[in-house]
Amino acid sequence: MLTPDAIAHAIHRMAQEIIEANDSMESVALLGILSRGRPLAERLAREIHAMTGVLPKVGSLSTTLYRDDLRSSHASAKMGSGETHFDFDVDGITVILVDDVISKGRTTRAALDEVMDYGRPARVQLACLIDRGRRELPIQPDYLGWSIRTDPLDHVAVKLDECDGEDIVLLERALHDANE
Amino acid sequence: MNAEHPSIEPVAVAAPKDRAPAEKVRGGWTRRHLVGIEDLSREEIETVLDVAPQFIAVQQRGSGIKKVPLLQGRLVVNLFLEPSTRTRVSFELAAKRLSADTLTVTASASSVVKGESLHDTLANIEAMHSDIVVIRHAYSGSAQILAERHASHIINAGDGSHEHPTQALLDAFTIRQHVRKYREDPNAGLDGLRVAIIGDITHSRVARSNIWCLTKLGAKVVLCGPRTLMPAGIERMGVEVTSSLQEALRGADVVYALRIQVERQASCLLPSIREYIRLYRVDSDSLRNAPEHALIMHPGPINRDIELAADIADGARSVILEQVSNGVAVRMAIMHLLANSPRPAA
Repeated sequence: MLTPDAIAHAIHRMAQEIIEANDSMESVALLGILSRGRPLAERLAREIHAMTGVLPKVGSLSTTLYRDDLRSSHASAKMGSGETHFDFDVDGITVILVDDVISKGRTTRAALDEVMDYGRPARVQLACLIDRGRRELPIQPDYLGWSIRTDPLDHVAVKLDECDGEDIVLLERALHDANE
Repeated sequence: MNAEHPSIEPVAVAAPKDRAPAEKVRGGWTRRHLVGIEDLSREEIETVLDVAPQFIAVQQRGSGIKKVPLLQGRLVVNLFLEPSTRTRVSFELAAKRLSADTLTVTASASSVVKGESLHDTLANIEAMHSDIVVIRHAYSGSAQILAERHASHIINAGDGSHEHPTQALLDAFTIRQHVRKYREDPNAGLDGLRVAIIGDITHSRVARSNIWCLTKLGAKVVLCGPRTLMPAGIERMGVEVTSSLQEALRGADVVYALRIQVERQASCLLPSIREYIRLYRVDSDSLRNAPEHALIMHPGPINRDIELAADIADGARSVILEQVSNGVAVRMAIMHLLANSPRPAA
């Protein structure tokens, strides 16, 4: 669905939008939501650095401890994707949450709660590579790569070089007809 | 700024025929209670140890809020019918850091002194909709009995001389952290480590849980103490037994001193404290037999200069206070796993 070039182009454009929307990159930090938000945050930071000469701080958010679906989902005990880690103070700065895919908005909600427990950012913004729709909460990205229409059973797979050895976005369509 | 991002009319890619179910839960946890280490698998023990580090991070948040909402709105009742400070405080703090509501009931302040049975006590607590009940009781098997009959998640915080599972888990966690640091290997385990446990093995639930836990994780356990305080046939648990401290400490990566209960002297099991000190005290003298890197551990409370010399307890190799800090994180991990795991299909 998305080739490496399309992904690189989207990240470049999102970085431009971030620079336009914020006065200074000195007080901006990117928090990547694990696992694939982290490399995206690093790529955005590199683009911003190339364009402004300022390298924004980058950290990771796990969100596992703030999820609202632990008891019902397969995710429950799974802690494999890593831990929250950033070594800066969020008080008074602009925090940009970075995720690969936004759908229901619940991960973003969890990430917001987690960031708020660490301090009081001046503002929080959201950057996502893919919006696959089907929102359950009133949350919208400020910076978006691509938006696609999907069915609930479809699977959007974002693969990134840092995690998966290649840059590609795949949409796996659920095969309704065959099984119904 | 998000006015005109491109939108795609997706081209269908055929889904793989049988896509892997969501993501496979690593070390899936389906238990409702934690009664002992004996019936846990190695994988389950490792799940607890893997889940705990993020709770250490929660407690180290500098100026932030040192808690997470995993048990928000749920009730954790600490039913401590035997004296305990450190374990009770540790469980209370663990529950609070998970945002649970907590109640603590102790023997002297409860109707137990009026003759109420344990089942009745728990039935009354459950009538107030408890979610997790942490129980410390003088009778071996009390936690198991409650787990069989009650709906709350039961956590054994020490039952007689049977088990003290959370102590063993926090000890294993502490050892693993140090092995990983020492070997500079983030995935190192306890396989092949030699752990010497010294003291009154017969009456020690800490020893029993630790033997189960350490041997399941692949460590070699050596027990050492007076014959009168060493249960007959304990070798069947897969441990080495010796009454020579020198022999126990030789090659030990971990030296674990148990608390000697001075009152055992009255039951003639301990000839004299002086003799115990001479033969079994862990001090700079006896530690000459152990390697330089050996960790010193103790479950607390310490009888200073009886089972463990004061300078060693406070020394550079001692990780006794780390055991206490890690205890809160490991108990948070246990409560989270018990209360937040999906119900297994009935």
